[in-house]
Amino acid sequence: MSAAQSRVNDFVVKIGTVNGTGSASANGLLMKALFRMGIPVTGKNMFPSNIQGLPTWYEIRANKDGYMARSGRVDVMVAMNAQTYKQDLAEVSPGGFLIYDSTWPREHTLQRDDITVLGVPLAKMANEHFKVARVRILMKNVAYVGVLAALLNLDLEIIKQLLTETFADKPKLVDSNLEAIMLGYDYAMAQFTCPLPVRAEKMGNGNEGKVLIEGNAAAALGAVYAGATVGAWYPITPSTSVMDAFKSYCDMFRTDPETGERRFCIIQAEDELAAAGMVLGANWAGARAFTPTSGPGISLMSEFIGFAYYAEIPSVFMDIQRVGPSTGMPTRTQQCDLMLAAFASHGDTRHPILLPKDPNECFELSVKAFDLADRLQTPVFFLSDLDIGMNDWMIDELQWDDGYQPDRGKMLGPAELETMEKFHRYLDEDGDGIPKRTLPGKHPKGAYFVRGSGHNRYGGYTEDAEEYQDVLDRLLVKWETAKQLVPGPEIRHAGKHADYGIIAFGSSHGAVTEALDGLAEEGIHADYMRLRAFPFNEEVEAFIAAHKTVFVVEQNRDAQMRSLLMVELDAPADKLVSVLHYNGLPIPSDCIAEALREHIAKEAAA
Amino acid sequence: MTYIKKPRIDLPGRGRNEIGLTMRDYEGGLSTLCAGCGHDSITAAIVQAFFELSTPPESVIKLSGIGCSSKTPAYFVSGAHGFNSVHGRMPSVATGAMAANRDLVCIAVSGDGDSLSIGFGQFGHVVRRNLNMLYIIENNGVYGLTKGQFSASADPGSKAKKGEVNVMQSIDPVSTAIALGGSFVARGFSGDRAQLVPLIKAGIRHRGCAVLDVISPCVTFNDHEGSTKSYAYTRENYHPAVYTDFVPPAEQIEAEQKDGEATTVTMHDGSRIKLRKADNAYDPSDRSAVMHYLEDRRTKGEVVTGLLYIDEDLPEMHAIAQTEAEPLSGRAFSDLSPGAAALAKLQKGMR
Ligand SMILES: Cc1ncc(C[n+]2csc(CCOP(=O)(O)OP(=O)(O)O)c2C)c(N)n1
Ligand code: SF4
Ligand SMILES: [Mg+2]
Repeated sequence: MSAAQSRVNDFVVKIGTVNGTGSASANGLLMKALFRMGIPVTGKNMFPSNIQGLPTWYEIRANKDGYMARSGRVDVMVAMNAQTYKQDLAEVSPGGFLIYDSTWPREHTLQRDDITVLGVPLAKMANEHFKVARVRILMKNVAYVGVLAALLNLDLEIIKQLLTETFADKPKLVDSNLEAIMLGYDYAMAQFTCPLPVRAEKMGNGNEGKVLIEGNAAAALGAVYAGATVGAWYPITPSTSVMDAFKSYCDMFRTDPETGERRFCIIQAEDELAAAGMVLGANWAGARAFTPTSGPGISLMSEFIGFAYYAEIPSVFMDIQRVGPSTGMPTRTQQCDLMLAAFASHGDTRHPILLPKDPNECFELSVKAFDLADRLQTPVFFLSDLDIGMNDWMIDELQWDDGYQPDRGKMLGPAELETMEKFHRYLDEDGDGIPKRTLPGKHPKGAYFVRGSGHNRYGGYTEDAEEYQDVLDRLLVKWETAKQLVPGPEIRHAGKHADYGIIAFGSSHGAVTEALDGLAEEGIHADYMRLRAFPFNEEVEAFIAAHKTVFVVEQNRDAQMRSLLMVELDAPADKLVSVLHYNGLPIPSDCIAEALREHIAKEAAA
Repeated sequence: MTYIKKPRIDLPGRGRNEIGLTMRDYEGGLSTLCAGCGHDSITAAIVQAFFELSTPPESVIKLSGIGCSSKTPAYFVSGAHGFNSVHGRMPSVATGAMAANRDLVCIAVSGDGDSLSIGFGQFGHVVRRNLNMLYIIENNGVYGLTKGQFSASADPGSKAKKGEVNVMQSIDPVSTAIALGGSFVARGFSGDRAQLVPLIKAGIRHRGCAVLDVISPCVTFNDHEGSTKSYAYTRENYHPAVYTDFVPPAEQIEAEQKDGEATTVTMHDGSRIKLRKADNAYDPSDRSAVMHYLEDRRTKGEVVTGLLYIDEDLPEMHAIAQTEAEPLSGRAFSDLSPGAAALAKLQKGMR
């Protein structure tokens, strides 16, 4: 057995269970206990595309410095699932700990000398203590929270408080859960030296000003706050919880408590093609409307997305990316729909994309997506991913400015129409490439005909070469305008001269910053640019120009962002070095650091 | 500019409707369809129906998919907002538009290809959702715009222009819509304007999804001997099951007493549909009897027309969704965004 390192407020706990056994609430309890102790914490779900009976893991990282990405380590493994015991055992970092249910003997051929293995008869204790079979299974999982509380020095008072809050209306459950926790706690206290060198200690102000939230909930809140009233969707992991959250927030904020009347309309469509059509129809008729989906849905929606591009209909498409191609791995994460979103549909089409990095930006950029769609009169993609969308993130509390007014773009109302000679739908009057629009049902002079077939600047049908091209070229002017309107990149300078640049976006952010901090200690410095949107503005171009080598970090196989940079900016291929991670798990920081180190060493050797 | 404008001349004797508009005000651009195409007659019936209903043009939205039939919204009610969507997907766009603004009057035109093949799913689901709209299928048994391939409504045994015989079963939009739980299902014929206009009016006023299948011969690809969607075949086998009169809310039904077997259906806006049965036993509110009747007549090769099924009480989409009465699109932003204090409060539960 190797000596365990002391790791206070800097560790990873991973729990392997069987899905459908109620481990989610036990894991949530652990997360929140650490959170309330003031330790920065994140929780990542690695779950199967299945409802019951398959292995599932939950990985909690507690880190006093606030690093949120996967670190590549496992300090404490709770191996509750016999099926995955071998794999779980292998994954523990040297010097780490493994806790298993010793009710049944574990396989003695499986040994490791470099970690500490702790057996706790969880099932036995739960079976002796609780009568009902289903309760026994649940309580066995709650009991490991007690074991960890003892081993990791978690605050029992906080755990009690959390139980009281969670089961406020079911006091009996508070008692039974607490009993289960104490079973585990007392056993560990009696049998092991507690706490372990890997442990938690209260710090700071108890994470005041922070919240734990999933990106999908934040994106849905953004839609509510942006004033979206129509949501159309077809269920698909990992986007479903966007609509679930939108519905529950609308129930909360926009339902008349007396009459039950709703100030929103959610339509569960027959498929994604229909969901896209509904979004177009609703936006055309004046509502703010959106659809949450994932890659397969975007594939189906593509015909309508091209229609919206050409007919210039504001629309918001939230793509919570999962692993492709095809059905891929529905419960795993990737950044693999970048190209799809950028150019969705046949013909010359291109679409603005917003790239949130965490739930905070999900909220901010979800609102922004509606403003941009209305301003630019075009489909706007909100490109999140499963990691951001479905995992538990600790973020600064979401803020809202009550002075916010939606940007509905160039919309002509009845008063303006009244004074006009004639309204022409596709005229660009001020040179920004954006025409004016009207809404149905308002004024007889506002009528026009939306079509995906050839049309001229007046909105009339055309098959005339020049008239057609006139509109297509104007759409490029609009694209230039979009570059100025989408959020620019966020640049973090190395603090000293750096030949290296690193570009990343979305959920890779945490892993990149952590890797860069570590590399800086080794004397490797790189400036960091986080892209927040497509199309790219001059800042992006300048950043690439200013560095000798630019690493492009992304979570897909084909280096889609790198291609996009090359296509859109003529960025030189030999300058852009890909760092790719695409196995479906959120990108860990060590993979980025390793890739940079390796490339730099190779460069030095050359 | 390539789009064609018609001169607006008031025709003497035609007069003005209740809101002071003439028939011309309900017309659109010049049709570019083949001379004699059934679709143009339907357009004319739509113009007349809207004129007679005195519908403000700007309150109307007119939508379509793709096909010759789907081109026609450009040819009526030029003061309405139009949406020529993609092939087979009009129902979803209509759903979104009506979700946003429930006060709009929604008329949609589709073809048998548009609705029964590529758009069969959307057709079925909009019926099931009971969206408040008039859904017209201009049914010619072929894909006109792509030059005459059989559509899914082609009857078994029907012969194509080049002689090929269809052997597959046909999809009948009427019995399909009834089976799907449609609340208003009718069939007309482009060659019978007198029957078509009241059906269109009733469909517009029906609160829910009114499906109106209109046999509309394609003179270029499907009007020959051996076709079951030709003018000649339709006239020969034409069988109105019910005669429909539409009576707007203001007017009294004068002939009610005299008319022994008339059934009157009162609609949500107070207008009434008077149904005189050609067949005494016909009851358009008895779903299983209607299905039985239609099946019986189908085997006899008859084209059954009229308002064939109606249930005014089925809840439409917004009633099901419990949406508030005011159109969502009209809501001020201040009525929609919960504000900073609510956000702070909500987040107390996220710690
Ligand atoms: C996705 C797609 N596939 C194919 C077409 C080609 N297309 C245009 S119209 C049409 C058939 C239209 O038939 P129908 O709806 O019966 O209309 P009609 O012309 O007979 O009135 C087809 C297949 C298309 N526009 N879009
Ligand atoms: S091809 Fe047929 S359906 Fe199309 S316009 Fe001509 S007659 Fe009408
Ligand atoms: Mg057809």
